[in-house]
Amino acid sequence: MEKFDVHTGRAVPLRASNVDTDQIIPAVYLKRVSRTGFEDGLFAAWREDPDFVLNRPEYQGATVLVTGPDFGTGSSREHAVWALQNYGFKTVLSSRFADIFRGNSLKGGLLTVLLPQEVIERLWEAVEADPATEVTVDLVEREVRAPSAGVREPFELDDYTRWRLLEGLDDIALTLRHTDEISAYEATRRPWMPTTL
Amino acid sequence: MARTMAEKVWEEHVVRRAEGEPDLLYIDLHLVHEVTSPQAFEGLRLAGRSVRRPDLTIATEDHNVPTQNLLAPIADPVSRKQVETLRKNCSDFGVRLHPMGDIEQGVVHVVGPQLGLTQPGMTIVCGDSHTSTHGAFGALAFGIGTSQVEHVLATQTLPMSPFKTMAVTIDGKLRPGVSAKDIILAVIARIGTGGGQGYVIEYRGEAIESLSMEARMTICNMSIEAGARAGMIAPDQTTFDYIKGRPHAPEGEAFDAAVEHWKSLRTDEDAVFDAEVVLDAAELSPFVTWGTNPGQGVPLDASVPAPESFEDPSARAAAEKALAYMDLEPGTPMREVRVDTVFLGSCTNGRIEDLRAAAEVIKGRKVAEGVRMLVVPGSMRVKEQANAEGLGAIFEEAGAEWREAGCSMCLGMNPDQLGPGERSASTSNRNFEGRQGKGGRTHLVSPQVAAATAVRGTLSSPADLAAL
Ligand code: SF4
Repeated sequence: MEKFDVHTGRAVPLRASNVDTDQIIPAVYLKRVSRTGFEDGLFAAWREDPDFVLNRPEYQGATVLVTGPDFGTGSSREHAVWALQNYGFKTVLSSRFADIFRGNSLKGGLLTVLLPQEVIERLWEAVEADPATEVTVDLVEREVRAPSAGVREPFELDDYTRWRLLEGLDDIALTLRHTDEISAYEATRRPWMPTTL
Repeated sequence: MARTMAEKVWEEHVVRRAEGEPDLLYIDLHLVHEVTSPQAFEGLRLAGRSVRRPDLTIATEDHNVPTQNLLAPIADPVSRKQVETLRKNCSDFGVRLHPMGDIEQGVVHVVGPQLGLTQPGMTIVCGDSHTSTHGAFGALAFGIGTSQVEHVLATQTLPMSPFKTMAVTIDGKLRPGVSAKDIILAVIARIGTGGGQGYVIEYRGEAIESLSMEARMTICNMSIEAGARAGMIAPDQTTFDYIKGRPHAPEGEAFDAAVEHWKSLRTDEDAVFDAEVVLDAAELSPFVTWGTNPGQGVPLDASVPAPESFEDPSARAAAEKALAYMDLEPGTPMREVRVDTVFLGSCTNGRIEDLRAAAEVIKGRKVAEGVRMLVVPGSMRVKEQANAEGLGAIFEEAGAEWREAGCSMCLGMNPDQLGPGERSASTSNRNFEGRQGKGGRTHLVSPQVAAATAVRGTLSSPADLAAL
């Protein structure tokens, strides 16, 4: 996993709430067996509209997505995270994320940042007024900064997840250090619990 | 200290707890399907890892599979490749698989319970958000992403951060004609699609206790639509009777020992939930959605709401957008909304009891002119049972298509899709834009409402049908 410490980039204002995973990436794109190349599926239905914000020339190359509450509701498809990353997004800012999406994003190194809706609104306005506005997401300080928009806002993220992202550590390798404890637990499981084989 | 059921199950599965780290939880059952697993198996291969407990893992083919002509190769080459990839992965890693054509094949959340693999007090995961279904047995069951699928395959554990608990109490008795689907749609309309966020919901109260296992699964299934991490219902005699005698249920003394343990899982009398919601069952009636998220629903007796009726500006904007997409005028009675397609199936309402309920309504009647009705059993086992009870024949005589098992039009990854602008009444769980096919418009309904709607061609309840 790629490390995440401090990222600065231009932002896309996605003024919508309840952006579900079927919008982020429709099911037809989930048939692939790879982890890459999902950028074409990102917001595929909405992108057919030439006015959709991702299609506007001024937002090309942006790496920060600023969106409304309840982003990522719906299915558990991690393809939603891959599609955002494959397209070039490094971080998503919202006032509320769906749990599974948030979990997936933080596992995969896409930093999802929770900010008050009022701050999201200010960022939207700033980025719409001037698409060149730069937004910095600083995981070291746990702070979002957009000086030209007058935004300097702390955000919360637990220490463990922050450490994992800063180090770019893969969960599986971390857990495999505790194999003895897993084996010890297994020895205590109730004998009647079902097995599949 | 008094604890809730969710807390008890969690505590029993902690493999490792360390200051400043998420708990490492043991996973008792891992369900696998073709869509969210290929990248996970590939990850194992690249790292030279194996599946730690193939004996706690089971796979089925459901999302992509066609529901007709099972013997022909899957026409869509990309779907075919995904299904073939699952077959290869299961054979390479020693995982039990129920492929197309097998009697136990079907939607992953129908298969676990019917085999008796889903039992109270277990931790169950699957790369699918509707894993919450299994909570109906008093299991702690979560949907996970593909990275986590890989993690469970490799370690049989998951690092999990703590949750909050919410009690949703449905007091009183349901009126005739009101089903589990109506309860859960009403709950979601009340608390909103984000209302359960961060919570494990425990459904309780007289109305819940009186429900069958199938109905309880319908409720827990849609917990995710309220944003919850999981849904649970305390195991009771109904649960024990359902499990007893199934292929993977404990037998004899082991069953008694299991029941003894399962009874201890109930939330303690004086346990405190972080949030509580109470609904009166007697006030509920058939419920349908009008919008593009499952929280946008109203009683069937009501009309399409006006966006101005929502105080919250983001809810108002969402309603405007939804009505435009759904092509609905505020004030239109829901009963006048005409549909093209009726879909009966999915892990929400594709079990035997759902098929029985719909068959009872449609028996001796006909699907309306110009309406297509698809009946897709949740598993081949369900199909076999339905045929034995004569339900398949009832659907076919009414003019419905009686298909093979799979997810089908719930998400339209196979050829069963809505065309652009087409409108459906669907017993599935998501009415998102394009969920059932690009440009398709979905109204979520119960099996009974689906059947009555098929007969009248407009959203209807069985009470709207002329007597036979
Ligand atoms: S039936 Fe629908 S909701 Fe259930 S697992 Fe299949 S696609 Fe998901």
